[in-house]
Amino acid sequence: MSTPEPLETAPPQQAVRSPLSDGEWHRLHPLTPLLRGGLFLLVLAGILIANLRDRLIEWFVPGMSFGDIDVDVDYQGDPFEFLVSNNLLLVAGLVVLAILIVVIAVFYVSWRFHTFRITGDDVEVRSGVLFRTHRRAPLDRVQGVNLTRPMIARLLGAAKLEVVGAGLDSNVKLEYLSTTNAEAVRGDILRLASGRQLTGGRAPHGRADLFGTVSAGLTGLIEGEDRVEEPASVVHIPTGRLIASHLLSGSTIALILLLIAVVAGAIFGTPWVLFSIVPALIGFGAYWFRQITRSLRYSIAPTPSGVRITFGLFTTITETLPPGRVHAFEIRQPILWRRFGWWAIRVNRLSGRAATDTASIQFAEILPVGTRDDVERVLRLFLPDITADRWTELFAHGLLGPAADDPYTTTPKRAWWLRPLSWKRNGFQLAPSMLLLRSGVLRRALVLLPLARLQSIRVDQGPVDRLHDTANITGHTVLGQVSGTLGILDRSAAVALWHDTSAAVVEAASSDRSHRWSSNAPADSNTPADSGADAPVDVDAPAGAEADVDAVEGGDFGHAFAPDLDPAPESDPGLESDPALESDPAPDTDRDLEPDPRRDHGRDPGSEARP
Amino acid sequence: MTNNPDQTNPVSVSPTADEAAVPAEAPVAPEAPEAAPTGRDEVLDAGTFDRIIEPRSEHRLPLGDGTWHQVSPKYIVVQFIANGVVLALVVAAVLVLTLVLHQWWAWIPGGVLGLVALVTLVVLPRQARSIGYQLRADDLVFRRGILWQRMVAVPYGRMQLVDITHGPLDRGFGIAQLKLVTAAAATGVTIPGLTQEAAERLRDTLIDVAETRRTGL
Repeated sequence: MSTPEPLETAPPQQAVRSPLSDGEWHRLHPLTPLLRGGLFLLVLAGILIANLRDRLIEWFVPGMSFGDIDVDVDYQGDPFEFLVSNNLLLVAGLVVLAILIVVIAVFYVSWRFHTFRITGDDVEVRSGVLFRTHRRAPLDRVQGVNLTRPMIARLLGAAKLEVVGAGLDSNVKLEYLSTTNAEAVRGDILRLASGRQLTGGRAPHGRADLFGTVSAGLTGLIEGEDRVEEPASVVHIPTGRLIASHLLSGSTIALILLLIAVVAGAIFGTPWVLFSIVPALIGFGAYWFRQITRSLRYSIAPTPSGVRITFGLFTTITETLPPGRVHAFEIRQPILWRRFGWWAIRVNRLSGRAATDTASIQFAEILPVGTRDDVERVLRLFLPDITADRWTELFAHGLLGPAADDPYTTTPKRAWWLRPLSWKRNGFQLAPSMLLLRSGVLRRALVLLPLARLQSIRVDQGPVDRLHDTANITGHTVLGQVSGTLGILDRSAAVALWHDTSAAVVEAASSDRSHRWSSNAPADSNTPADSGADAPVDVDAPAGAEADVDAVEGGDFGHAFAPDLDPAPESDPGLESDPALESDPAPDTDRDLEPDPRRDHGRDPGSEARP
Repeated sequence: MTNNPDQTNPVSVSPTADEAAVPAEAPVAPEAPEAAPTGRDEVLDAGTFDRIIEPRSEHRLPLGDGTWHQVSPKYIVVQFIANGVVLALVVAAVLVLTLVLHQWWAWIPGGVLGLVALVTLVVLPRQARSIGYQLRADDLVFRRGILWQRMVAVPYGRMQLVDITHGPLDRGFGIAQLKLVTAAAATGVTIPGLTQEAAERLRDTLIDVAETRRTGL
């Protein structure tokens, strides 16, 4: 399927694997209209059946007529009755048939017109027949790629690819592609965006027959194994812990309080209140079920294109987050998790979705629940400059603190009543590459704001704050679940922090190159991954690739994962090369720890500075 | 620290500095534009307030070093007219409802709305004098508020776009409002009450500076 001579728009041959990313226009999966319009047809059928229900019952079960009730009254105004009485059934049938044909034709035409292409610089999608839209996403602004496989699409071997842009509703959706293609295209997009070169040929391309795909999809659904192989996860969450973590969440406390209130109401007031328990329980049950099925089958793994997170039992979502695209982290611990030492991590990032989209909450959770070691592994995937020592300190002071020799500047004693429980813990620390905000005693939280991503910083003070000589600090990041606000700090400390941070942000941002994260990494796994050999490989980087002026923290990521690059041409682009890890669905923790020493080298930003 | 007083001011070193000879459109300028070493700028500071009002308490957020540029007094006039119109409409509506239609409950929402508008009018002059911005070497600092003080630092490289808006009333008085947009919606830096020349000058400067300091998101 490869073109005899490459187009001038074509991306460099050595950077792509999929035959779909050759710079030419391609169509989407032929089942796309069915998958996209299927719901609409179902709804239509549902409305029809609901309207004709009485009719149908009467036809098939003649005995069940309505006896004395006047049938004319029942069907008055019913269009169907009107058709029967005027002998217009044939006409009506023809009309329905015509509408059906038109609908199918429209779907078909819109599928024919819905094309996409991947060039060296952008991903483009053209759609629409009468009103044509043409959306183009520059690759060096790609914030990540999501691969969503809803239940039905999964059975048919199709997947939805979403190229995440940097605005509201700025995503480019390739809906739907066959799963193999989607995987390959995802790899290509991220590779082109990273400016990295690929060694090896293209993936073999073939279309599996429909029935084979369906049966494989069914097997995969039951056995929990998909046709898409996942790279080995660095974190394994036992199902029991996942369910328990949801049951021990804040909503459980709300439910218990509600039950107490209802019982108390029943005792002291009217017993009728008891009946409200059932709907409440059903509601909570549905909520838990949804939450738990969404986060089942969680896995997180480093790939050359970024960190890959997969979750969902029925609708499986695989997202790939390139390094340096996360704007804020929050490690938090609800009070009921404290006994078990569990933590969760959520992040702020540009999701390219509208703020009202419920899925954006889901996308924010990068670790639904995990132990201390899990948190460390996940955090290190994103922030490779957290060394073992730094993590020990971060955990002892940031997560568990306050301890002796607290490096955090906390709320002064004079303002204790504004933070009655947490004033000893509520504090900040300006670390070399990030701002740490620690808060909460009942619900512990630590917010990490990487300085290279911080947009602006604010200090403010209301009348009550002024009375106590305090002020509040807010680090502004992109919109998300994590808030960068820390209240009630000593005024002069807050102002000093504001000055220091605004200076540090400028410095961090000017030396940050992580939006082209692989440009200053070794070309491929054949090159020894030592920091001296990282000649810039910008020769094939499509556009805007910056010269590798100095090695910076964002570049460390590239070094760190260089050993994980996959030299085998026929395997999945996102796979790790270690076949033992790959085939192991539930790797034990010892194995998981194995890659860590490899990643450790070159983590210290200072040691990498080039002369 | 970027707050050294001897830092280079982007405005005074920008290539547009020779355009600073644009005649000040308001002869009511309280002070003549001073020499460059103090950081004052002929266009940005033409006809603006000359002193930032701060809270009286010793515990306020400090002004710090550097030159604060301020907004034009015409901003107060424009805001006075806009808020006065609202107040007048509220009063008229309440009077019509009570005296003509005998709906006495209208005093409750009318009173609340009227009170809010009145308080706004009263604090307006002081509030406008508390607005200030500073062009430091690598970032823009914006401050406003007396009761609720806030200061925001926006690095030049983070600016996604600079927006100038002026309504019909603003145009009549020759002022404009300049809005800085970063990737964070919460940044929310809007500098109101700039003279049109100052707004355009500031925009050009900011874009020039942002161009040389462009960073990723």
